[in-house]
Amino acid sequence: MKLVKAVIKPFKLEEVKEALADIGIEGMTVTEVKGFGRQKGHTEIYRGSEYTVDFLPKVMIEIVVDDADAEKTTEAIVKAAKTGKIGDGKVFVLPVESATRIRTDETGPEAL
Amino acid sequence: MKIKKYLLALLLSSSAFLMAGSLGAQEMPEEVAAASEAVEIVTSAAAAVASGDEMAGDYLALLENQGEYAYAFDFFTTSMLWTVIAAALVFIMHLGFATLEAGLTQSKNTVNILFKNVFIIAIGIISYAVIGFNTHYPGDFNGWFSIGSMIGDLNADGGDTFGYGGVGLAMTGYGDFIFQAMFAATAATIVSGAVAERVKLGSFMIFATLLVGLAYPVVGSWHWGGGWLGGLNGGNGFKDFAGSAVVHAFGGFAALACVMLLGPRAGKYVDGKIRPILGHSMPLATIGVFLLFLGWFGFNGGSVLSADPTYVGLVFTTTALAACAGALASIFVSWTFLKKPDLSMALNGILAGLVGITANADIVSPMGSIIIGLIAGVIVVFSIIFFDKIKIDDPVGAISVHGVCGIWGILACALFDVTDSGFTLVGQLIGVLAVGAAAFIFSIIVFGILKATIGIRVSPEEEAEGLDIGEHGQEAYPDFAPSSR
Repeated sequence: MKLVKAVIKPFKLEEVKEALADIGIEGMTVTEVKGFGRQKGHTEIYRGSEYTVDFLPKVMIEIVVDDADAEKTTEAIVKAAKTGKIGDGKVFVLPVESATRIRTDETGPEAL
Repeated sequence: MKIKKYLLALLLSSSAFLMAGSLGAQEMPEEVAAASEAVEIVTSAAAAVASGDEMAGDYLALLENQGEYAYAFDFFTTSMLWTVIAAALVFIMHLGFATLEAGLTQSKNTVNILFKNVFIIAIGIISYAVIGFNTHYPGDFNGWFSIGSMIGDLNADGGDTFGYGGVGLAMTGYGDFIFQAMFAATAATIVSGAVAERVKLGSFMIFATLLVGLAYPVVGSWHWGGGWLGGLNGGNGFKDFAGSAVVHAFGGFAALACVMLLGPRAGKYVDGKIRPILGHSMPLATIGVFLLFLGWFGFNGGSVLSADPTYVGLVFTTTALAACAGALASIFVSWTFLKKPDLSMALNGILAGLVGITANADIVSPMGSIIIGLIAGVIVVFSIIFFDKIKIDDPVGAISVHGVCGIWGILACALFDVTDSGFTLVGQLIGVLAVGAAAFIFSIIVFGILKATIGIRVSPEEEAEGLDIGEHGQEAYPDFAPSSR
């Protein structure tokens, strides 16, 4: 099993979710996160004083899939989340040791 | 079919009001005399009851109780009703202050801000009954200083009729009290926003109690209590219609003194540079300003002190125009000079216009009120930036909005008066500086003593963690991972 961990622009979440549903992904966990990469932050103004916002709002999606599905999952996310502009985000794939469905005690790929 | 005419009020009118010619009283009797040929005249409560109309009997009995004032009872009732509605509108301003201050500060200090606002309205009204009202309106006194006592039965001795204040103050004693009591807490609320996010709760509560219970009514008596400010402007009297000086500048300068003693919030100035500390909720701040705008119709409109149709509509109009002009000016200025249209500045612009018009709402033209608001809206933006630069850290802009624009409103009385009442710039300036200086000196002394004894500032650790946990052991937004039992 693999953990696909994607950091994307928040407004792309809906499109990514639909793209994943289209390839048969049945569940995911999303988190509101903040961060920066090469995009860096941007400048804002509050009551006359400028300040730099280093951490920009992003959404992180976490999905655990069968080894065989990791590649097409990554491809689907990349395709749906791409705007071509700086700050589109990144996708990581990590190995997963075990998975257990709490309700039924199923383990392994059965639990996904 | 018989037509009954209930004429008691007119018959009773032969005294004061007819003589004075108030309320168009003179024309009425002829008309009614002409009409009375065709109708049966019922002139007393007893006669109305005898003729079978108990409701009319009740009404006539109410009129009879007004004695010589029965003629104008309807005007009195309307005025009194407007006064208590205005008092309720001023009450809503305290919710406005609470949400504005909460919105412009960090979420970790929200409970603390709201708590202070709850305390201020409570202590404000209680202390006004115990000592404030009779200090504020001492009757005959030396013009400078007099300490009052607890209010008694304000309905006694004609306090429930025109006997209380005549046509110019057409309300009962209790109506007057509750309207003025709502004002009193405002001065301390202004300070609350300026010292937010670092002041020690207990010290603030002691200070606010003394400010609202003692300093505010003593200084207020100089003007509204018939004190020495009445001798300004060559005997024409100091002009401060609803309190640009005695409420707003008073609160603003008290806030300035407190902030100077308290110092800026940790992290506001790093290596000599301003690091803005963002307010946590612009929606809350906006709700607050709109509530203040609404309440200001009571603050200014109620300060007519009757339902005098000449003034109530004018005051509503000038108040609204100045507020809107203040908003437009601060939007324009912040967009031009700060590169972005800053919402918090636009909100402060509305308040600046309102404070600016408060002193003069009944003596300026609509055009005058727009200019007053525009200038206030410009002043407030530069004033906020100025105080930020000199390290006077005022999270909500209270010193600029209430202190600086309060002075502007007072001066505007001399510049935009269309009633030719003889208000001079010098006289107005003396009055507002005296009020501001009194508030400033009182606050420096009292807050200074508190600083030297029990301390006025929370520890750096508590400030970093937030006053909600530190002072109250509570969170405003505890939804995520609530603590177990």
